[in-house]
Amino acid sequence: MIVKQLSVFLENRTGRINEVAKVLAANGVDMFAFSLAESSDFGILRLLVSDNALATKILKEAHFAVKESDVVCVEVPNQPGALASIVENISSKNISIEYMYAFAQGGVANIVIKTADIDACVAAIK
Amino acid sequence: MSREEMRQLQGARLRKLVDNVYHNVPFYREKMQAMNIMPDDIKTIDDIKKLPFTTKQDLRDNYPFGLNAVPQSAIVRVHASSGTTGRPTVVGYTRRDLAVWSESIARCLAAFGASREDTISVAYGYGLFTGGLGLHYGVEHLGASVVPTSSGNTDKHILLIKDLGITGVACTPSYALHMAEVMRKKGITPDDLKLRIGIFGGEPWTESMRKSLEEKLQINAYNIYGLSEIMGPGVSHECECKNGSHIIEDHFFPEIINPETCEVLPEGEQGELVFTTLTKEGMPLLRYRTKDLCSLIYEPCECGRTSVRMTRIMGRSDDMLIIRGINVFPSQIESVILQLPEFEPQYLLVVTRENNRDNLEVQVELKEEYYSDEINKTIEMRDRLARRLQSVLSISADVKIVSPNTLERSVGKSKRVIDKRVLE
Repeated sequence: MIVKQLSVFLENRTGRINEVAKVLAANGVDMFAFSLAESSDFGILRLLVSDNALATKILKEAHFAVKESDVVCVEVPNQPGALASIVENISSKNISIEYMYAFAQGGVANIVIKTADIDACVAAIK
Repeated sequence: MSREEMRQLQGARLRKLVDNVYHNVPFYREKMQAMNIMPDDIKTIDDIKKLPFTTKQDLRDNYPFGLNAVPQSAIVRVHASSGTTGRPTVVGYTRRDLAVWSESIARCLAAFGASREDTISVAYGYGLFTGGLGLHYGVEHLGASVVPTSSGNTDKHILLIKDLGITGVACTPSYALHMAEVMRKKGITPDDLKLRIGIFGGEPWTESMRKSLEEKLQINAYNIYGLSEIMGPGVSHECECKNGSHIIEDHFFPEIINPETCEVLPEGEQGELVFTTLTKEGMPLLRYRTKDLCSLIYEPCECGRTSVRMTRIMGRSDDMLIIRGINVFPSQIESVILQLPEFEPQYLLVVTRENNRDNLEVQVELKEEYYSDEINKTIEMRDRLARRLQSVLSISADVKIVSPNTLERSVGKSKRVIDKRVLE
């Protein structure tokens, strides 16, 4: 499944993530998943949220750089080998993964994958 | 030499200079004609007030060789300093210019107590910058031994100071402080060294830095001043009294003007320093505005020299920064940022000094559509700007991408530079 992910640019400064969380909370935006990528002087927070349009609007008003991008989200059984088979399928088609993150709950896990070619990725894991 | 004898000499040299530029540099001939001044109107050094000024902009407009007074065949060396729009300021030297320059530096070194018995390392950068090669040939002219370490390799430099019994070191004062710190960490004390003279210039420094350098290295630390447009280092120098820098005024005639009105100010008043190159052949300049603010002292010095002294540079009449001895104009940085489509035109420069090393941070914002969900793309954009800045400024800068709309927008008055270096 292709879903819309938000990414937020963060300067490497104490309290920045907290500011994002507070803005979202104050407006009732629910976060399903997030991952934080960091370099030495900045970070990029990637989010799956309940309302992209609202989240984008309120974060921009709070002077955050927000970008919406397509990612592949795939549900797999929460058991050993599930991730391996997904990644195997993708790499066998020579599709390179830019980044990925996952969250598991009960019997299922969701894997979020960013690649340059979203459609090929979706086809590869069907 | 008495002041009056000096004025006679300067007057005679000025007459020759004006005659030369009038006939050989179209830029000056046109300026003088527009002001209705003929070479014959210049009789004594006081008549210098009638002559036109030269600015950095004039040098840029006549880039690269438009102000040369000799054919290219007479130029034997070219130096260049960084310019504000990516275009460097280029200076051509004749063989005689180089001889005058070397002799001027040798006079500076002699005033610092150096002689042919000394071994002096030159840790200014060798290359287009005038510091390295200028000092190099000055030390040779004096007859001392020169060790051309250039800048960069501190460990090797310290090793050579120790093993070669180097007695004098020429570098920026901040680099000398850095060396002192490295020596301390290595457990090297001044007793292990023969170092006794510090030849420091290329950036503003203070009495407290002098005290610190003299204590840490057990040396006498002296200021040497110069600028590439006029010659390079060796335009003025301190003496054992360390109370102002003696100007080599038989070659470089100084005036102090009000930077707003261009009026010559009375003796002792602070204003913009202006130099006329009395003897230069390659690129002679009339009344070149240095943008450096200071005052002149005409009373004879306790050392016995009668030459005019300049005080420490108290500031700049423009927004130039000196970072690790290199001139940096905010407008240079701005022009680089404007060339890259992914960045907003706003920027903030933060200059700090850590471990006696200047650091330049350039804060920029990306245009909204360029903020990415990928770290690598963001780093690529950051590094591309950093590489461009390095090639234009000749020093490295830390580029820091900040959140959108966090840098001040207001045009004109907005504060684009925060200099946190403490010189006092």
